[in-house]
Amino acid sequence: MNVDTPMRSFEAEAPHRQGLGAYMACFRGIVWREVLRFLYQRERFFSALVRPLVWLFIFAAGFRQVLGVSIIPPYTTYVLYETFITPGLIGMILLFNAMQSSLSMVYDRETGAMRTLLVAPFPRSFLLLSKLIGGVAVAVLQAYTFLAVAYFWDITPPWQGYITVLPALILSGLMLGALALLMSSLIRQLENFAGVMNFVIFPMFFASSALYPLWRIREGSPFLYELARFNPFTHAVELIRFALYGEVGAKIDPTMTPVEAGISLDGVLIPLASGELLDLTHLVVVVGCTLLFLGAAVYAYNPSKGLIGRRGGPGGGNAG
Amino acid sequence: MATVLTQDAAGAAIGDGAAEALVVNGVSHRFGEKQVLDNVSVTVDRGAFTVLLGLNGAGKSTLFALITRLYDNVSGEIRILGHDVRRKPTAALQRLGVVFQSRTLDSDLTLEQNLFYHAALHGIRKSEAKKRAVEALTTVGLQDRAHEKVRNLSGGQARRVEIARSLLHRPGLLLLDEATVGLDIGSRESVLSIVRGLVHREGMGVLWATHLIDEIAPTDRVVVLHKGRILYSGSVPGLLDATGKTNVREAFRTMTGTNDTAEAA
Repeated sequence: MNVDTPMRSFEAEAPHRQGLGAYMACFRGIVWREVLRFLYQRERFFSALVRPLVWLFIFAAGFRQVLGVSIIPPYTTYVLYETFITPGLIGMILLFNAMQSSLSMVYDRETGAMRTLLVAPFPRSFLLLSKLIGGVAVAVLQAYTFLAVAYFWDITPPWQGYITVLPALILSGLMLGALALLMSSLIRQLENFAGVMNFVIFPMFFASSALYPLWRIREGSPFLYELARFNPFTHAVELIRFALYGEVGAKIDPTMTPVEAGISLDGVLIPLASGELLDLTHLVVVVGCTLLFLGAAVYAYNPSKGLIGRRGGPGGGNAG
Repeated sequence: MATVLTQDAAGAAIGDGAAEALVVNGVSHRFGEKQVLDNVSVTVDRGAFTVLLGLNGAGKSTLFALITRLYDNVSGEIRILGHDVRRKPTAALQRLGVVFQSRTLDSDLTLEQNLFYHAALHGIRKSEAKKRAVEALTTVGLQDRAHEKVRNLSGGQARRVEIARSLLHRPGLLLLDEATVGLDIGSRESVLSIVRGLVHREGMGVLWATHLIDEIAPTDRVVVLHKGRILYSGSVPGLLDATGKTNVREAFRTMTGTNDTAEAA
């Protein structure tokens, strides 16, 4: 050791534990970066918006005469097909944003940028959750921009729906983001991401209630119906659909069977003072899947338990 | 055939006030069947510039990944300023600054915004981060370009920003993994001079991983890593004495049994 060197007391520079203020600073910084990057990448903003708008303006306009939608909760009257698929298109925004975020995490892992996040002196679960919330903040901005444009296309939910949909957007965004986080830990290389499009995004979107109500899917294909009702994306879309009308789930007459009532699973039903049953299935599935996916992602990124260190990532095993 | 000539006896200091900035003691690591590191021990003293010399594939980046806890060390121990990386990761990582081999700056953001992000990752509040960003950019001579986007910088300037970023939380140990790869001679000298200055002025411990022999100064400590094993750890004169050679290049070639000089330039 060079004894002539003037030593700084490095121990005095940092406490042994991070306080609440430090956690808040870290969380704000991670979310701020995600939003800032999104705002700087204008092409990403417009392409994220154009996709659902094309579906709304072209696909829905073409199919409105073909596909009739009966009166199903939360709608109290017949609605145009454009109105019906709006929650599905919001779900599409959240789904594609989550997968875009997963893609950028795989890219960051290959380029090394993910390392700067993972070597920060905070629990890895906290860092990943903060990054996830940053991605959700971006997705929520996109969803509201879409709703603003859709308003001029006569998609006009009750005004309070714009507020009550926010928790549903956040929850659904967290679930899809956690799934994307998990997938980013499993995908070895960026090239494999095309498989994600084919095997995750498209099946999740099309085998759901985003484009057609479940009863109509059941009439067309009982097998597809089974897939759709166990698809977490279906429940995210339905949660958003009900939240846009200020509700958590369908209110069901207790004398009806689940199928008659139009609920997708046998349900998490709670009795109301009115004698009806409130179906909380969508909320429970979305929260449950979020916890499951997030837990698995944290496990996969945990250096002592997960998969990353065993196979040479993050960084793709560029051992030098 | 490569032979182990000397090996560091890892210090036993634990907790605050440890004499060593870094102690790696008996660490091994495998990727599946492949043994990447085999019983590696390295010590970096405070106020010392230590060169980790090895060819591509020697295990330098894996060792860095273990020190930074990107991978978990299942054998041996790693301590940063006395704090065990596995048992007290927060305390250890708070005292560690890293410059990775690959570029990790956000090219869409400005220099200042990149530094703010890093400060946040260390729990530093914005007002304090602003002050430290100015200090750190001044250290690397880029204070006038704080509001420019990173994509407008040259490779050498971007490296200097990464060094500035690694200093924001005032670490006691700095790891640099092939920090000068891809830079021209002027930029390499500039980066090296900044880091050596930090060792002398701040008393920081530095572990500088490289395969470029001309980056080694006579006063540096050298650790030779080859095929996952430490072949030598000590002073430059000690390395020359041990191998009976007159320069580090020849000594390295003899020690590792490699005749190919293309990789170790």
